Formats: sequence, structure tokens, C-alpha cells
Amino acid sequence: MTRGPTWFNITSLVLGFSFLYLPIVLLVIYSFNESRLVTVWGGFSTKWYASLLQNEQLLDAAWVTLRVAFASATIATVLGTLAALILVRSGRFMGRSLFSGMIFAPLVMPEVILGLSLLLLFVAMGTARGFWTVMLAHTTFAMCYVAVVVQSRLVGFDKSVEEAAEDLGCPPVKTFFLITLPIILPGVIAGWMLAFTLSLDDLVIASFTTGPGATTLPMKIYSQVRLGVTPEINAVCTILVGLVTIGVIAASLVTKRQQVQRERDERAAFGADG
Amino acid sequence: MSEQTATPAKRTIGGKLLIAMPYLWLLVFFLAPFLIVFKISLSQIAVSIPPYSPAIDLAEGWQGLVEAFREFSFENYIWLTEDALYWKSYVSSVVIAAISTLFTLLIGYPIAYGMARSPQAWRPTLLMLVILPFWTSFLIRVYAWIGILKNEGLLNQFLMMLGLIDEPLVILNTNIAVYIGIVYSYLPFLVLPLYASLERLDGSLLEAAEDLGCPPWKAFWKITVPLSLPGVIAGCFLVFIPAVGEFVIPDLLGGSNTLMIGKTLWVEFFNNRDWPVSSAVAVILLMILVIPIVLFQNQQQKMSEKEG
Amino acid sequence: MAKKSIGPVRREFVPWENSDHPPFIEFRNVTKKFGEFVAVRNLSLKIYEKEFFALLGGSGCGKTTLMRMLAGFETPTSGQIFLDGQDLAGIPPYRRPSNMMFQSYALFPHMNVEKNIAFGLKQDSMPAQDIEARVSEMLRLTKLEQFAQRKPHQLSGGQRQRVALARSLAKRPKVLLLDEPLGALDRKLREETQFELMNLQEELEMTFLIVTHDQEEAMTVADRIAVMDKGELVQVATPAEIYEAPNSKFVADFIGDVNLIEAKVTEKSDAGTRLVSVVDGFVIDSEQETEAGLGETVWYAIRPEKVRIAQGRREEGQVNQIDGLVWDIAYLGDVSCIHSKVGEDDHDTIRATFANISRMVENPITWDDEVVLSFDRDAGVILKG
Repeated sequence: MTRGPTWFNITSLVLGFSFLYLPIVLLVIYSFNESRLVTVWGGFSTKWYASLLQNEQLLDAAWVTLRVAFASATIATVLGTLAALILVRSGRFMGRSLFSGMIFAPLVMPEVILGLSLLLLFVAMGTARGFWTVMLAHTTFAMCYVAVVVQSRLVGFDKSVEEAAEDLGCPPVKTFFLITLPIILPGVIAGWMLAFTLSLDDLVIASFTTGPGATTLPMKIYSQVRLGVTPEINAVCTILVGLVTIGVIAASLVTKRQQVQRERDERAAFGADG
Repeated sequence: MSEQTATPAKRTIGGKLLIAMPYLWLLVFFLAPFLIVFKISLSQIAVSIPPYSPAIDLAEGWQGLVEAFREFSFENYIWLTEDALYWKSYVSSVVIAAISTLFTLLIGYPIAYGMARSPQAWRPTLLMLVILPFWTSFLIRVYAWIGILKNEGLLNQFLMMLGLIDEPLVILNTNIAVYIGIVYSYLPFLVLPLYASLERLDGSLLEAAEDLGCPPWKAFWKITVPLSLPGVIAGCFLVFIPAVGEFVIPDLLGGSNTLMIGKTLWVEFFNNRDWPVSSAVAVILLMILVIPIVLFQNQQQKMSEKEG
Repeated sequence: MAKKSIGPVRREFVPWENSDHPPFIEFRNVTKKFGEFVAVRNLSLKIYEKEFFALLGGSGCGKTTLMRMLAGFETPTSGQIFLDGQDLAGIPPYRRPSNMMFQSYALFPHMNVEKNIAFGLKQDSMPAQDIEARVSEMLRLTKLEQFAQRKPHQLSGGQRQRVALARSLAKRPKVLLLDEPLGALDRKLREETQFELMNLQEELEMTFLIVTHDQEEAMTVADRIAVMDKGELVQVATPAEIYEAPNSKFVADFIGDVNLIEAKVTEKSDAGTRLVSVVDGFVIDSEQETEAGLGETVWYAIRPEKVRIAQGRREEGQVNQIDGLVWDIAYLGDVSCIHSKVGEDDHDTIRATFANISRMVENPITWDDEVVLSFDRDAGVILKG
């Protein structure tokens, strides 16, 4: 659709995006509030950020969360990429619909069910709960997101490129690493980033599957939030939001620049014939 | 050289195993847990570790398994029908999710429409603005509303400053706060598929409609809305299904009389430590959600087939 | 009867006429099924070294499947394929001495032109300086020197096509497989490239196998053409034979433009055959002998350019003359095609084409003119239904 925006459209966009961003903006502003009372502005201050650095428990939780997120995102990316390859490439095989069902169901499944079921599995297996169980749980639901992201990249993939590599003497496994992986890499990286932030974010599944000594940042934030809003939590949230925002904007700027460059190249190459 | 059945993607046993890995992983960590949940939902609460009986002890072999099955009962499910708390939670979850989905649609449609009608150059930026909140922590976004909605919160301060109200409005810890939270958290899930289907809509269709004598507002109802329906349906499913089982939003924004099944399950599990009953709650929740999930997957399949 | 040579003779290269000549590629009773669908049906074919061979047919005729079985991307359901005396069964694509140029070109998007061309050589662990030498040779051969550092998306369609060609030739395969190699190019560039392909094939003295649905392309480049339909070979012959002496109604109709006249055999002798057209009852006298019995219905296929057209009526008792009424005239620039109605039905028309050799035309044949269509004894072919 290419029609000029009307006043109605502009108004709905402005209102819509204000609704989406105002709460976060307010949260960021109030993290610089001098006053302990979150809703009363007492002047600008960064003292809550300073006190964060003193909060060992919070820092510990952050460290656990980062480790869990990094490990689970990495494993989930490997498994999710393989799963996407199976979904797109394998054609028909035994239990295919079960497999695709297992990939898509976790995307909409309530987290309480996922968390509870994984916990009961770990209990039944007699696994000691802690860092590893949270990591396994996060890997499981994150790999489904990775699979979906990578799959969308694979669908537009010209399979004859792989055939060409094999035709030129490259065995299948080598072809995957030399040809397929580099081509789908943007999707794989996006999948990893998504898996990482999902793990960073998760409260419910982590609460079910964690054990002593493995309290994640969302769990810490949650328990403090239940006690009431504090400027310190605002400060943690601001840092998290800031990091994610910078990451996403940087990633999309890089992608956009590549795209623009590519379009320019293609335009330049066009018409070199004849 | 006698391999007559060799296919182009020839797979060694190692290759097959590698490919089977995600499958096995999901069988172990996704499907098996459900069977365990189902099994435990048929067990009894017990003062032991783990806190239910019978616990299947594989060491006892087949005999132990048979013994365990003999002790299974549907008592937990009967209990769910007898205690009004549970079925009220289910009903209220579905109602709250449905109302929130409706509001999300009412707010999301103009946004998606405005995006699709905006100049080409704006669209990538607008799209990123919608996706960005999706990447930021869910918990943080819900938390941000507490400071706004509470009695001495920013919204009430603002309204009192304008002189619109004398007494602070009680919003936090009511269902209204839960609606706001769900709409806010799930808005991107609805806007994205909706925008995709609106953007694909061929502008010349509207021009054709107007050319044939249809005024713009009528063209909107006769052309734009029906053609964006797949996006509307996909978006509504993406909001409704997870909202039914939502825990964080009713827990942080809702009040003590906000009944949602995700919260009930959490309380049953963490506070009452009744694993069998919470398992039964999960099984029933899953059964309620199976229908919309299957409908959603069918619709997705149909859409991808249409594109392909 | 002394055999006349059909069409122009390109060069003295006719290994297929010598039954002792060993084939370079041989398909022996090859069948390929996809589920219930039979893509290739019990097909046998011999292709000779240094031949430029074309597989021609409509979509779904099995030509691409046949080529993909040779490359190793499909496995025959039954039958054998030999290349240079070796049975290819069980050999994966990456160990076969053939290389393929793909319809989509299948260039590696993340590698520049040079790396694309060097890819196959690297797989053979060729020494670095040899690779370099071969790559620059290929760049020179395909006139791509100045684009060596470019990535595929920075190239035009014609340049991409040349990269794909260079890449598949770099390893000096025993046979080069070309899958609709020029399909994505516009007409002018396609014609130019066809001649480049022929020159390359002669210069490198390699065996080329091309799959195409474009009959002009096949006729331009190939030494021999195999016309395929529904998974079977219909005719394997030189382009001129395929055009001038099609062996079936299908081939006559598929290649070029043709008038198909339904007729009954009335007379057979050493001097040829006489037919009477079912429509309008005109008499056709052909020098060709036929297996069809007296009274049997056959098809007489005659190319429009072999039909002469003049104003007037046929002479009484004359053969190979037909009375017609001009029904439609198509002016195509280089030639004109006149559709003349010879029967009651609107579909009973015969087409005659003639070259427009002069710019100004006096007293041209025009609509509703009475005309007489005539042709020589050896102008057409008798085909069994």
C-alpha cells in the first residue's frame, strides 16, 4: 500500500507508540530519582546505580543469568539450526508432524506448563537442580524459537547452490560448513540473539527448574518487586533495557547498511549486459 | 559400488545421529515431561521427597510399574471439579484473555494500519520500534506499570494535577490493570502479523474499488478488512493462547480476587506444595489450549501454503 | 535410393554412424520413478566423446532428471549409467568426473568470482599456484578478468552466467552438463552466448550435454539432439534430420512450424507413395516409401516454407497442388505467413511462408484471394498416425 498518511494514521501511530514506550521511558527517568519514594521526583541522582554495584546478591544473580543465557543460547542455536534443516529439507519422514508440533507448540505454550513439566522431569531423573537444569530448560524452549528464525531463512535458500558445491567435489558435511552455514549465518546469529534475550528474560521456567545457588536476575527482580517498587530495581531495569536496545539497534543498523550497499551494487551491475 | 538406494544426501550413521539430535532432545525435554505431568496428576500428595506417591521406581522393574498403575486415581481431577476455585480460574482466565485480545486488536489495528500506510522510508524504523519492546524484558515491562498505576502512582498524580479527579483511581490490583498489562505486553505479537498482511495488500485494489464508485470508508470495510483477516486471526491467536496461561501479569498487576489459572497453578505448586493437583491443573489447561493451538497451526500452514 | 545429405554439414564428426565406436556416456535401460510418477522410462542412449549433445523436450519430459542422474543428484530406480567405461552406480556427486552448470547458476553468494571458480579446484587439493593459473585462464576464457574480485550480486545476469560456466569448466570435467544454461538471458545475449558455447566446446575438446526446452538453442549448438516426451526418447538425430525428417507427428509438431495433413494411402510403388487428403480430396505425390498399407490413414507433414503460393486455381489433373482461399496473413518482418482455407471448416488451413526479399511489393496476395498452393515431391514427410 502506498498512500500518504492521513491525520488519523499519524495520530494512531503517535498514540500507539507512546503507549508502547512511555512506561519504559518513565521507568528510566525514575531510576535517576534522588528520592527513595519512586513516585516523587526528588532531583537527579545516580546513587542507585552506585548502590547496585554494592549489591552482591544482585551481581551474583546477574552473573548466573549471563552464564545460563550464553550456554543455553549457544546449544539452542546448534539444535535449533539442525531442527530447521530437518523441517525444511527432510521431506517426509516418520513422525514428522510430531516433530513440527514439538517445535511450534512451545512458542505458544504457557510458561507455567513448560516449567512444571520440566521440573517434574528433573525430579523423576533425580537430577540435582541448579545452574544446569535451568540451562537445559532454557535450551529446550529457546531452540524452538531458533528453529523458526533459521527456518524462515532456509525457505528462500536455493538448494542448487549446495548441489553445485557437491558437484564440484565437496562432500556433504564440508558443504554444510563452507556453503550452507555462511549463507544462513544472519538467521543463525539472529536466532542466537533471540535465544539469549529469551533466557535473560525468563522468570517462570527458571523459577520452576532452579535449585539452591542458582538464582537468576529475573527471579531476584521479581522477589524484590513483590516487596514494592524501588529505585534500585529501576536502575537494574534501565541497564538491561539499555543493553538490549543498543544491541538491537546496532544489529539492525548493520543489516540495513549491508542491504543498502547490496541494492546499490545490484543497481550498478544491472544493465552491464548488451 | 552396490549402493543402489543411495540418495544424493547420503547420510552416514553419524550424520543420522546428528540429525536425530534435536528430535531426541525434544522427545526427552518436551514430550516426556508432559507424560510425567500426566502421570503425576494421577498420583496422591504425600509427605515425602518427591512429595507425591506412588513415585515410579524403575528399580522395581515391571512389577513396580504395575503396582504404581494400580494406585493411580482420578481423584485430583474430581477435586478440580468440586472446588469452585479451579473452574472459576479457568473460566476467568479465558474471559480475561478474550477481553484483552479484543482490546489489543482495537489498539493494534490502527497502529498496523498506520504503519502500512506510512511512507516507504519510515516503515523499517516503525517496524523496529514495534519489535524493540519484544526484545526488552517482559518482567521489566510489566513492572514499569506498577509505578504508573498504583494509587499514588504517576497516572493518578497526572490526573489529579489536571483536576480531572479528586480521589485517586484504584487501578492496580484490579482486573483493569491485568487488561492493561496483557494489552501492553502482547501488542507487538498482534501488530507484526497484522502489519505483514496489510502491507502486502495491493494499493491498486483500493483504487479499483474507488474507481468503481466505492467511497474510501466503505472500501476499507469491503476490501482492506477482509483481506487483512488472516493477519487478524494469526495475531489474535498469538495474544490469546499465551494470555490464558499468563502468570506474571495477574500476579504483579492483578488483585487477590483476580483469578487466573497460571497464578492458581503457581500458588498450588510453590505455596501448597501439592504437585499432583498442580499437575492436574496443567493437564486441564493444556486440554483447553489444544484446540486454539491446533487451529492456529492449521491457519499458519494454510498461509504458508498460499505463499509457496 | 541414393541417400541425400540433409542440411548443412558442420564438420566431419559422425561417430554415431559407426556402430563400433565406443560410447563415452551410456544410459542402459534407465528408469526413474518418483513415487508413482515415472520420470524416465526404460531409456537407453549413447553419447560420444567430444560431442555437443542436447536433450530437448517440454517441461516434465524427464530431460532434467536424466541429466541429474548423470550428475549423481538422482539415483536410477533401475538401469545403469556409464561414463568413460565406468559404472556410476553408488558414486556420490562429489566424486563424479562431471561438472554441471545450473539453471539458477547457483553461484556461492558469499564468495567472489575468483573464489567461486577456484572452489572445485580446492576440493581436489590442487597446489595453490596451479589453482591460480587455472583460475586466471578461466577468467580470460570467459572475459571476466576485471570482475575477479566482485561478488555475485555485483554482477549482471550475463556476467553471472559466465562465472557459472567458468566454475563448471575449471576442473576440466570429462563431461560438462548444462541445465538450461541460457534460460535467464534475454534473446540477443542468448544468441551470442550460444556461439560462445560452441567455440568453447571446440577449443577445449570436451563433451557437452545440454538440457533445454528451446528448440532453436538445441538446433544451434548441438551435434545431435534427443527429443524427449513423457520420459522416453522420441528421436535422436542431427538437428537437420530432426527438422527435415521427423520420425513422428510429435517431433514434427514440436520442432518448428508444420502443416499436418490427414490423408489416405492410395498407391504404393518403388517410385514413392500417393495419398489423397481427407479434406478437399487433393492428391499428394511423395517420393517417400511408407510402411503404411493401402487405404490406411497417415499424416503428411510439410513445413510452411516449402509450400509455394500463387494467385489462381490449380490445373486439372495436377498433383501436389491445392486450391485455397486466403484467410489470414501474418506479416512478421523477415517472413510473411499466409493461412489459406482449404476446406469447409475454419481449422482446415495450410500455412505457407515466404521471405520478404524486397521492400516494395507489387500486387500482393491479399485477403479472400483465390490461391493455389504447391510443393515438390520431396518437400514433406509421411508419418504414421
